[in-house]
Amino acid sequence: MERIYNGVEWLMIKLDPMWRAIGYERLDRPVAAVEKAVKGLLFDCQMCGQCVLSSTGMSCPMNCPKTLRNGPCGGVRSNGNCEVKPDMRCVWVEAARGSRKMREGEQKIQVVQLPVDRSREGKSSWLREARKKIAQQSSGGSDGNS
Amino acid sequence: MEIHDAPAFPGDPLPILPGHSSPGRLERVLRAGKFAVTAELAPPDSADAAEVYKRAALFDGYVDGINSTDGSGANCHMSSVGVCALLTREGYSPIMQVSCRDKNRIAIQGDVLGAAAMGVTNIMCLSGDGVQAGDHPGAKPVFDLDCMSLLNIVRTMRDESHFESGRQLDSPPRVFLGAAANPFVPDFDFRVDRLAKKIDAGAQFIQTQYCYDLPRLEEYMKRVRDRGLHEKVFILIGVGPLASAKSALWIRNNVPGVHIPDDIIKRLEGAEKQKLEGQNICVEMMQKVKEIEGVAGVHVMAYRQEEFVADMVQRSGVLDGRTPWHPHQNTQYNHNL
Repeated sequence: MERIYNGVEWLMIKLDPMWRAIGYERLDRPVAAVEKAVKGLLFDCQMCGQCVLSSTGMSCPMNCPKTLRNGPCGGVRSNGNCEVKPDMRCVWVEAARGSRKMREGEQKIQVVQLPVDRSREGKSSWLREARKKIAQQSSGGSDGNS
Repeated sequence: MEIHDAPAFPGDPLPILPGHSSPGRLERVLRAGKFAVTAELAPPDSADAAEVYKRAALFDGYVDGINSTDGSGANCHMSSVGVCALLTREGYSPIMQVSCRDKNRIAIQGDVLGAAAMGVTNIMCLSGDGVQAGDHPGAKPVFDLDCMSLLNIVRTMRDESHFESGRQLDSPPRVFLGAAANPFVPDFDFRVDRLAKKIDAGAQFIQTQYCYDLPRLEEYMKRVRDRGLHEKVFILIGVGPLASAKSALWIRNNVPGVHIPDDIIKRLEGAEKQKLEGQNICVEMMQKVKEIEGVAGVHVMAYRQEEFVADMVQRSGVLDGRTPWHPHQNTQYNHNL
């Protein structure tokens, strides 16, 4: 899963000249629709527009009823299920498990995630990340997020 | 332990010592290496200030800080900011709890400034219980921030003097920052990682969930020490008396995040006076956690038994004869910290 995810990211970056030719703004809606379909199926994606899946063991934190993006709350049940929805597995128990299986998962899950920019809800995270990575490659920096 | 730089009025801030973040007494007690005691005040369902003072006075002389809860258990009560405003007028040292459940980042940052202006020197950042747990399950859960991003934002306000938006503050809030930890629920391996993350985000002290399982706490603290985290944060262990075996069972099954092992319930069942036995267990727990290396204090949450907090702290002897300052002592204001 991690490899596929990284593959998509690589592809998005490789296709940058094409995206640029069409225009990133014009692309946002169709790409977001594809993204929603694919990630909705795989991760129950909520389209927050700032995907952190690769930092959360591929478990989407926006499915946490409290939308916690930095780890589990203190209310996790002894069976590892959610405080709010007793029949649901805690998103963060899954995230902790998932992150241990990933190459850099255990480091990435420790990075403090800043609050979500709600104005990005529903927009494409893939395009945003591709643009961010390209900008970083040209400036030589990295922020450790997906 | 005396302080010689006390202000003329108890509600005024102390001078900030070098290396300290706040002008508060709680930070001074902890940094001086004293074993600290804090207690939780149950906010009234009332608009009467006298109710708050009555409840705070129960702790006089036995606590270094009073936690003012923010709709705990998702139940509606007098607001945390309101309770803190009243307490600081008398010179009490409140720990203002801020939950992310009911307010967005605009409201919370405004409250932080307002509270600091009123003399609040300790802020405890919490995610908050889900609305399903409380008396207004139909309420809209906000959760714009989580405890970690909240810590980060308040630390930025204090240390870099700007809002989350980047806009500058004229005067930053000088607050000592706290967070919660629950060593007693899954995922156990990740719990210490999460503590480290909270320290990274800005936590300077920790108050834990109720501890009824000493071996599990010892295991957690061992991992904390192995990573040297106890040297970066002051850890206060949550304790509290259980009223009876029946109520312990109810809490175990209905209150999110509280872990009560069977042997505690058996001990309560076997006792002639269950309420007293619950208090005895609490007293013993305070004494035992004090022996664990890296524990900086206890946080007493005596829900509906607040009137017994002073007695339990007294019996435990954890204050080592120290009398924390309170506004009703007839000695001079600056005699005790």
